[in-house]
Parts: sequence; C-alpha cells; structure tokens
Amino acid sequence: MGFLDRFLKTPNWGVHPEDHKRPAADVPLRLFPSPERVFMPLHQHVGGAARPVVLVGQKVLKGQLIADAQGNISAPIHASVSGTISAVGDVTAPHPSGLPFKAITIDSDGADRWIATEPLADPFSAAPEEIARRAAQAGVVGLGGATFPAAVKFALGKRLKVSTLIVNGGECEPYLSSDDRIMRDYPEMVIDGARLVMHAIGATEALVGIEDNKPEAIAAMRKAAAPYPEVKIRPVPAWYPMGSDKQLIQTLTGKEVPSDARAAEVGVLVHNVSTCAAVHKAVRLGQPLVERILTLNGGAIVTPGNLYAPLGTMISDLFDFVGLKEAPSRIILGGPMMGTPLLHDRIPIVKGASGILAFDVAEAFVPEAGPCIRCGSCTKACPMGLLPLEMAARIKVGDLEGAEAYALQDCISCGCCAYVCPSHIPLVQYFSHAKGELTAAERTKLRTDATRRLAETKTARIERENREKAEAAAKRKAERDAAKAVAAPPVTKQPEGVSA
Amino acid sequence: MSQAYGTTVAAPHTTTTNSPGRIMTLVMLALAPATLYGFWLYGWPAFFLWVITIASAMLGEAFSLRWQNRLAAPVLLDGSAILTGWLLAVSLPPWAPWWIGVFGGLFATMLGKQAFGGLGQNLFNPAMVARVALLISFPVQMTAWVAPLPMFSAGAPGVLDGLLIVLKGIPPALDAVTSATLLGYGKTELSQGIDLLESLQHAPALSFIGNRPGSLGETAVWLIIAGGVAMMFLRIITWHIPLAMLAGIALPAAILHAVDPARYLDMGSHLLSGGAMLGAFFIATDYVTSPNSPRGQLIFGFGCGAFTYIIRTWAGYPEGVAFAVLLMNSMTPIIDTYFKPRIYGRDSKGKPLQTTN
Repeated sequence: MGFLDRFLKTPNWGVHPEDHKRPAADVPLRLFPSPERVFMPLHQHVGGAARPVVLVGQKVLKGQLIADAQGNISAPIHASVSGTISAVGDVTAPHPSGLPFKAITIDSDGADRWIATEPLADPFSAAPEEIARRAAQAGVVGLGGATFPAAVKFALGKRLKVSTLIVNGGECEPYLSSDDRIMRDYPEMVIDGARLVMHAIGATEALVGIEDNKPEAIAAMRKAAAPYPEVKIRPVPAWYPMGSDKQLIQTLTGKEVPSDARAAEVGVLVHNVSTCAAVHKAVRLGQPLVERILTLNGGAIVTPGNLYAPLGTMISDLFDFVGLKEAPSRIILGGPMMGTPLLHDRIPIVKGASGILAFDVAEAFVPEAGPCIRCGSCTKACPMGLLPLEMAARIKVGDLEGAEAYALQDCISCGCCAYVCPSHIPLVQYFSHAKGELTAAERTKLRTDATRRLAETKTARIERENREKAEAAAKRKAERDAAKAVAAPPVTKQPEGVSA
Repeated sequence: MSQAYGTTVAAPHTTTTNSPGRIMTLVMLALAPATLYGFWLYGWPAFFLWVITIASAMLGEAFSLRWQNRLAAPVLLDGSAILTGWLLAVSLPPWAPWWIGVFGGLFATMLGKQAFGGLGQNLFNPAMVARVALLISFPVQMTAWVAPLPMFSAGAPGVLDGLLIVLKGIPPALDAVTSATLLGYGKTELSQGIDLLESLQHAPALSFIGNRPGSLGETAVWLIIAGGVAMMFLRIITWHIPLAMLAGIALPAAILHAVDPARYLDMGSHLLSGGAMLGAFFIATDYVTSPNSPRGQLIFGFGCGAFTYIIRTWAGYPEGVAFAVLLMNSMTPIIDTYFKPRIYGRDSKGKPLQTTN
C-alpha cells in the first residue's frame, strides 16, 4: 500500500498486526488421512446440544446422522468417518476450562465409505425453504467461528426481506488462511454456495469482501464469479477486525447495525465463505458437514499449512501429521486475536475450528502488565468507538454498573485494545469477566424476580382464599341469622345501660 | 501424545512491542533539540540545573517507591520520572539556583505524582504542579531571567564557573546579564501607565530562532514545533490539543490586538513568547492529565490556550501556561464524562440508532 492509500483507505478504527499468514497460506492444501478414531462433541454450535441417535457398537457410514438437532436453535451431527460407535460419553471440550463434554466416539474402519447422498438437481427452481431445510439437515453452521446454525439465519433473512448477502472472506485474524485456501482452491463452490444462500434468503446481490492481502484468492474468486453479475467481489483493506460482521457491513455498504438490532434489520446478512461452500455441498452433493479446512500454524510446527480433516480429529493427531519442532508453549484454537487457549492437545476439532496454532516460546511471550498511562491507544483502536480504559478502570474497582454505563455490552471482544496497549493490560480479560458477572447477576435477578412473583402470587392467593372463606362464613352466618329471624318472633330490645 | 500447556491466558495472544518506556524515550528525543539549544544559549549553568532537576525528580520517585516497599528500579526505568524532571527543568529560569531544581524535582514526583498513586493516577501535570509551587514560593528566583550568553562565547561562564553559578548564585560581575521577557516587560510598563506602542520599542526582541531571554527550553520555537510534529508522525500525540491550544491563544490575541493595539499584544508575540509552544506540544499533551476523546481534547486544548491568554493579559502574572494547564487538568474528568466518542450503532447521546428497514 502506498503512503497516500494508507491515509485514504485505512479505517479510523482497528489495528494492523503482523499477519504471519505466509508461508502457511501458500502451501497447497493437504488431505489429512482418516484418523483411527474420531470424537464428535454433541455441542459444536450455538444453541441446544444435539441428541444422540446411535448406540454403542452400531456401524455407521460417513455422513450418517449420529445426533439429531434438539430445539429451535440447534444443529445435527454426522459421522465424519465410517466405522463403529465405540462410546457415547465424556471427552474434554475445546474450551479453556478443559471440562468434559458429551461426545460420540467412532472407531474408523479406514474405508471412508459415504452414506448414499441425495443431491438436489435444480436448486434454483426449488423453494427457498428447501435450501434452508437441506442446510439444516446437513448440520451447516457458521464456519467463521460463530457457529450459529445457518438455516436459522436464512429464515431470519427471508422474514426480514434482506436484499444484500455479504460473503465474509475477510479472514482478518493473523496466522489463519483456511478461508484464503478455500477461495483459492474451490472458488466455484464458494460462489455457487453464495448464490444458493441468496436464493434461500431472497437477496438480490452478494458482496464478497476479501482483504487485499489475499490477491490470489481475489483473482480466483473474480474468475469464478465472472458469469454472475449479481455476485460482486469487493477487496477491502487488510485491517483487523475487518472480518467482524459489523465492521465488514460498514466497510462494504456504509450501513451501521444499531446496537440493539441484528444485521438483518438493516437489510444485510453475513455468511462466511466456508459456510457458503458447506451450503453448496449440502445442496448440490447432499453431503452433510463432516470435514473442514483448517490452518495449522505457529512457530512450533515443522510444516505449517492447511489441512482438509474430518471433524472430531484429535488435535494431537493433527500435530503428529504436521510435526512439532518443540513442545508448543501455547496452543490456540482459532486466531491469536480472539482464539481460545487450550490446556492440552487431547481435544477434538469442531465445526467452528478455523485453525490450530502452536506457538513457540517467543510467540507465547506475555509482557508483564503495567499501570494505565491513559495514552488513549485503546480508544483509537476500538472498532466500536468504546473507551476501554474507562471501562477497565471501573471494572478494576468492582464498579461493573459503571462499566455498563460505558456500553460494555457493545464490546465485541475483538482484542484490539489489549493488542495496542503499551502497558499490556489484559483488557479483554477484564471485559469478559465483567460481562460474565453481569450476565450472572442478571440471571440471579430474573430468578429472584420470578421467586418474588411466585411468593406474591401465593400471598395474594392465600389472602383471597381467607377473604373468600370469611365472606362465605359471613354469608352463611347472615343466612342463619335470617332463618332464625324468620323462625323466632322479634325480641324487644333492652334499653342500653341496663345489665341483663 | 498428551501434554498440559500451562495456565489459560485471555486473548489476544499477541501484542504490540510498544511500551511506556518507548513512548517516554521518544518524547524525550523530541524534546532534546530544543533542550540542547537551551544549553548552548544559556551555557553551563543551564546544563547543571537540568541535571540537578532530573536527578531530584528520580530521587523523589525512588524514595516514594521505597517508602511503599516497592522496587524502585523497574519503575524508574519506564522513564516517566526522568521526563517529568526534564519538563520541569526546561520550564525553569536557566540560571536558577540549585535548590530550585532540587525542590521542584522532589515536589513534582513526590507530591505531584506518587502522592496520587503513581504513574497514570495523578490529576495534575506533575511538572506544572512543581513549577507553580516554585513560582508562588520563590517569585524572585523564578522570574530572574538572563540574556542569552551562548556557550563558548566571550564572557560566557565555563564549566566550573557554570557550576558555581548554580551552586552559589550569579556573581556580581555577571549581574549585567539579568534581563526581562517581553511579556514581563510589557506588563510592568503597562502597570506604570506606558502603553505597548511606546514600551515595545525598548522591549527585548522576540526571536523565532530562540535567541531571547526565557525559560531553559522554551525559546527555540522552531525546534519545539519540529519535535511536536515528529511526535505526531510517530503517533505519540495527535494534532488536537496543540492546535486547539495555539488557537485558544491566537484567537483572542488577534481580536483584541485589532481592537486596541496600545493595550493588547499582537498574536505573533503571544505565540512566540513564554511557554506557549512548549505547553502546546509537550505539556498539555500529557496523556494522564488530558481528556481521551478527540472532541474533549479540542475543548481541553482551547481552554488551556484561552486561560493562558486571560492570565497573561489580565491576571497578576506575566506568564500563564502552567496555571492554565493545571486549571484545565482539573476539568479533564468532567470533559471526559460529557464528551465521549460516538459508539458504533448508537447516536451521539448513546441511544441505539433507528433501523432503516
């Protein structure tokens, strides 16, 4: 980028970390051989966990349904290898807590036999709901990391009459190149998937935002999109967090998503390029989401690059495949800006896993945090226009409501503030802590309110019952008195003051 | 293979190489040319005063830290105490006695900074707190200006004589070098009923290059501007505070001078005099004591400038940058409360935007 370009094109928010994408991004995609055993967590998406529909000992084929969606927002899970179900139970979750998680374990037979698939011959003449139904059946979720069930989003887009589909090929996280690779190697799949999504939500145009540090992907996508004028390839500046929904929408359409609204309410819907490719496979090939491209990168890896691997593969198996120079000093699921640190490598990969990073000692170095010097770097970097230093100062002294008054709930946890902080204050940690505490407090408040409501209802009921009883008693007494009065002749009233 | 990989740490897992130490060092480098010019212009006494002031500021910081049972070395290495001492030194009369530097340096870091809780906690600019304390306590020494007597020129004190001037005071032989600043001279004459049109004909000349009486490092306006612009390019400061502060001085100066040139100094004299430039680029821009939103910084800067003008023109002191900065420092929390940046997806009052569809 030229000097002038920097001034004219770069947004006035965000940061520009060293991207570390190459050489890993340029290494041709490698196919990871089917592992001996896969572990399919039942909760790989936002929403309810899937419900197992297989028994231990049952033989399954690749792509066969093994756990069904449960509830309105959920996604089914399919076998990623052919073989035998060996367990339905706990494995370690891909979460920093390292707590066990329900999963289905499959011992592979090594044959990778696919279940019979039913491709949809002419999807564009099918009803839009059919695309959504197929995506839901195939367990397609947002593969950019949010893992929100795709079909639910389609329905939302259709209901709110979204006109523009934004295809997110930003991939602004350093080190990661799985979206880059899918755009370079399978641009037709991505474009076709995008057109299917447009059909599903009734959009009239698709804008594909790709960061300009991926010229090969831009060229490949332009070529694949040439026959379809409604699909426009739009290079965007390589600037973190360009791949965040709100920032990409702003850059491509100039629209801002109101803080209490969803993107669909301003007429746009964002889907990741890998999600589009998964929709293509679900509709055109009838294949459920059982494999994905993920980046293995970082200083501790001998041959960094992208792998095409079955879901449920243990991270340790992937490490064995790419080789480790040294024991990683840190393992991260996702990118370095927002990724989840993992406590060990006996964790299976899930639908939302765009990459696994194995950092060496130098990369994992964390400088000691110092005092805030109020330099304001964080406020300049925040893509949401928040004041991280003010929020952190309040959270530090336990004033969570004070932080909320600075719109803490609008924080997207992108990590720009903590990245630029010269004092290396773990700002995101502060905000995550405060958000968690506030959510917990909110839940407690709801529960207390509910309890109070119940108690009040009970008191009211008891009062009402007592009143009714008293009224009934009074009524009975009155009736009795009336009956007595009729039966007995009236008694002459004794004058007052005279004792009986 | 299975192995545990230490404790969890929050994202992001990568960070900038920037640090408070780097920022302070760059500010000092930006301030160095104007300071070196000051050494040359006023000779060895100025250099020794600078050394004494910085050493005292560091000593005050170290003492306060040891008092709290904290290690002094890592905190001293962040450079903030050095910078505080440096900023104080360049705002002192160049031939001030040693105890001015010692008192000021200790005052700045101990009462101006550490008493509030250390780096990042102080409400007021420590260097300006110390300068104002000195000005009020020792008005004679703090307004004893000397005429430029460049190092190595005829009659200029050598290394040893320079040291003696700082330690024992200005010898009678050199008394002739005492001088007045333009602001001070104009003010004194005005108080005696002589208007500016007449008094300025005999006033000490101003100089863009810096060859005039004044504080140690405030006279070389061009070097200060160069340092300030360099800091803007390095993204250490933004243009908001300096420009707003200069505008806050220039605007009333231009208007009132046009109205009554006999009573009010012209804009150029105001901008080139006293600590206007040093204040705008190096003192008002202090992170800790200035607002954090661009709009807030504009208001803060303009306030600093306007108060400087008001104090110079109508108050008892000929120079007002330090007072003005302190006054606006006290406004910083209020400005920060009322002038927040607009949040994405919200209007300027913080209410969510209306949906268009």
